[in-house]
Amino acid sequence: MMGLTPQETKSLGLGALLIALAALLPLFDDGFYLSISVNIVLYAALCTSWALFSGPTHYVSLATAAFYGLGTYSVGLGIELLPYPLLLLIAAAIGAVMAGLVGAATLRISGVYFVIFTFGLAELVRQLVTWTQTKFSTAMGLYVFTEMTESHIYWMLLALTGAVFLTSFLIARSRLGFAMTVIGNDETVARHVGIDTARSKIILFMISGAFIAIAGAITAPRYIYIEPPSAFNPMISFLVVIMALLGGTKRLWGPLVGVIPFTIVMDFISSNFPNHTMIVVGLAFLAIVYLIPHGVTGLLENAQARWTKRSAPAAVAEEKPA
Amino acid sequence: MTAALSIRAARKAFGGLVAVNDVSFEVKQGELLGLIGPNGSGKTTMLNLISGALPPTAGEILLDGKRISGLPAHAIARQGVSRTFQLVRVLPSLDAEENVMSGAVFGRVRLWGEDARRIARVLLDRVGLGDRAHMPVAAMTYIDQKRVELARALAADPRVLLLDEWLAGLNPSELQIGISLIDELHREGRTIVMVEHVMDAIRSLCDRCVVMSSGRMIAEGGVSETLSDPEVVRAYLGDDDA
Amino acid sequence: MNIIVTGILLSGTYALVALGLTLQYGVARIMNLGNGETLVAACFVAFWLYTGFSINPLVGLLIIAPAAFAINWGIYAVALQPLVKRAKNRGQLEVDSILATFGLLFLMQGLMILFFGGEYRSYTFLAERFEIFGNAYGLNRVVAFVAAAIIAAGLWFFLYRTRQGTALRAVAVDPTSANLVAIDVARTAAFAFALGGALTACGGALLSTFYTFNASMGVVFTMKALIIVIMGGVGDVRGAVLAALILGISETFVASVIDPGLTLAATYGLFILVLLFRPQGIFGRAPT
Repeated sequence: MMGLTPQETKSLGLGALLIALAALLPLFDDGFYLSISVNIVLYAALCTSWALFSGPTHYVSLATAAFYGLGTYSVGLGIELLPYPLLLLIAAAIGAVMAGLVGAATLRISGVYFVIFTFGLAELVRQLVTWTQTKFSTAMGLYVFTEMTESHIYWMLLALTGAVFLTSFLIARSRLGFAMTVIGNDETVARHVGIDTARSKIILFMISGAFIAIAGAITAPRYIYIEPPSAFNPMISFLVVIMALLGGTKRLWGPLVGVIPFTIVMDFISSNFPNHTMIVVGLAFLAIVYLIPHGVTGLLENAQARWTKRSAPAAVAEEKPA
Repeated sequence: MTAALSIRAARKAFGGLVAVNDVSFEVKQGELLGLIGPNGSGKTTMLNLISGALPPTAGEILLDGKRISGLPAHAIARQGVSRTFQLVRVLPSLDAEENVMSGAVFGRVRLWGEDARRIARVLLDRVGLGDRAHMPVAAMTYIDQKRVELARALAADPRVLLLDEWLAGLNPSELQIGISLIDELHREGRTIVMVEHVMDAIRSLCDRCVVMSSGRMIAEGGVSETLSDPEVVRAYLGDDDA
Repeated sequence: MNIIVTGILLSGTYALVALGLTLQYGVARIMNLGNGETLVAACFVAFWLYTGFSINPLVGLLIIAPAAFAINWGIYAVALQPLVKRAKNRGQLEVDSILATFGLLFLMQGLMILFFGGEYRSYTFLAERFEIFGNAYGLNRVVAFVAAAIIAAGLWFFLYRTRQGTALRAVAVDPTSANLVAIDVARTAAFAFALGGALTACGGALLSTFYTFNASMGVVFTMKALIIVIMGGVGDVRGAVLAALILGISETFVASVIDPGLTLAATYGLFILVLLFRPQGIFGRAPT
């Protein structure tokens, strides 16, 4: 909880190095590989932000598309009026406020209500935005013209991913992180030692929502023309859940293990078999539940535990793999 | 001087079942009060009302003259009410030290970092677990888990400590250790309410006791006279556990 | 008046779908987020039976309901029962069943898009005028409502007047105690899940007689059904029917008086009110 252990210093250094290496990519390619890398980094940012909240609470949030769309729209509406960095901050604030409202309505009760509420949230926000647009303006969408290139977007998303990682790391060492650990162990005990459990969850959800909204804001210039159906595409929420759970949410870097392969697979499927994307998504969900409930990182950890057990039979009994 | 804890006509109804029926009593500063009664008499529900695990249907509960009934459990904990649970509840993925720290970090004292860790160490020594601070609590024996739970409750430096059958399930030698531990806390001036079935412990430890039966308070006062009260005897004789 | 009657006519099918979901969640403990896809599938089958074989949708119910019952029993036995068995607690089963039914949702939606395409479809059945209190309504809507009411009444009779129905309600209240009084909980849960699927399918088949549908509209119906179930209280038949009425009327009101683009907002508005004031449902007791 206090100074950095050598292990932590090493992880931080390694993380910084990997991000620096990844940042070099646009120098080598600015076509297909950059384009798919933007997707990968986008989903990396979204999935780690998602796991920031859903990892410790086990609440499946489907609000990602709503936050993302709000971020995109803040840029779409404000690009002619305000400087871009300010818009990113505004997007973050809007995301946090939205998350706060959703959290306040649902996180005080039980987890199921939260899932149901977020299930239709993107659709709700999409309808509201569409309604407002048709009511108060003639155009259905918004144009976003900027000087931003694919490389800029890539770098910004990479920086955002780094920021999410750093934030998770800092939260884990904070009162909030400790509170989440206690809640994860026993919510009744948590309340009786003095943790405002609902408030802790809401704060965490707001941080997560703010990051997702920033990701949407950063990606906005990529669309050029923003329409409600693309900005609030509910598929984004589901893909984020799949990728994060595929990787595993116990470790900070777990979601990344799911993001990279699945983004590539989805890219391949949607360009070659566009009618089959739904089926692939469905199968992915079933695979997560039945085959790899703890994600790939969970599998790796179990394998590692088995390996250490075999090589050191005298060691203390490991936790039983579920 | 205001009482440390005042219960005024507290009532809890679950649908048609009245688990606590207009119970009133006070706990003085530094007093050890025994809350006793046959199984199902509403003792644990009473503790749940005090700690905020359940909101009372009617009546009020005051801590040092300030109303705490109606507040959520975490707010009551921060005001200075700590408790243990009838069926021991530890945080299984954490070690003993971290378990105890949770009480210091989020409770009334709200310490952080080294300060919380220091308190945890002192209290683990206190309950006799000084050498097992980094043992995962999931691997501990029942009595040691109970000790961790007590240390966690003490870590918040509570104004009122609630013990829900903390001595239950201990073997005779453990029971002696447990009784002397509670006695020590009492001598230091801690205000304690204990729900207990172990009558020897009640006799040797408590200043006063409150007897409940079918949700009502049927007697209150010094331990020996209350236990010889005819109504109390009747309540217990009607019950197999007496 | 016009709004109220239209709302009530609409609520009949909503009630069936929500009753299906409330059985699946209340008794079988499976939060079936693919419920809307069952409804859409039934729409397509009714459409196919009517246009391909000129089978009247009401007669079609006799084919659709048993088929949905059998298919849902199969889904429960193959896919969901293993989850119930492996779950260590209620929370884990909830997360697992949510993810698994997402899988079913997308799989079914994907297959339907593959077979039927993404276009909107409808067919003409009993598109005649029917007058109630001097206003004209589609006869198909009235017939669908009457059929839904008959099915719901049948369900009520089954749940409250038969042995098997009582067993179902016992499992909904407390599976452990139900087991103690010699109720086969696993079998009852499977039966409830299958029955829930059949009810939802009936709702879908009736809906298709007056509603334009497409392969990807299931999610919106799942959402509505979920809100009705929560509003009515999980596992509560009376509550679900009343909540369906409230939702049907308020949706119709918003769509016709304010703006049709805000129906989902109206649904959510109700949802938020329920969460804030009666999270245990209309007739639910305060949680203890």
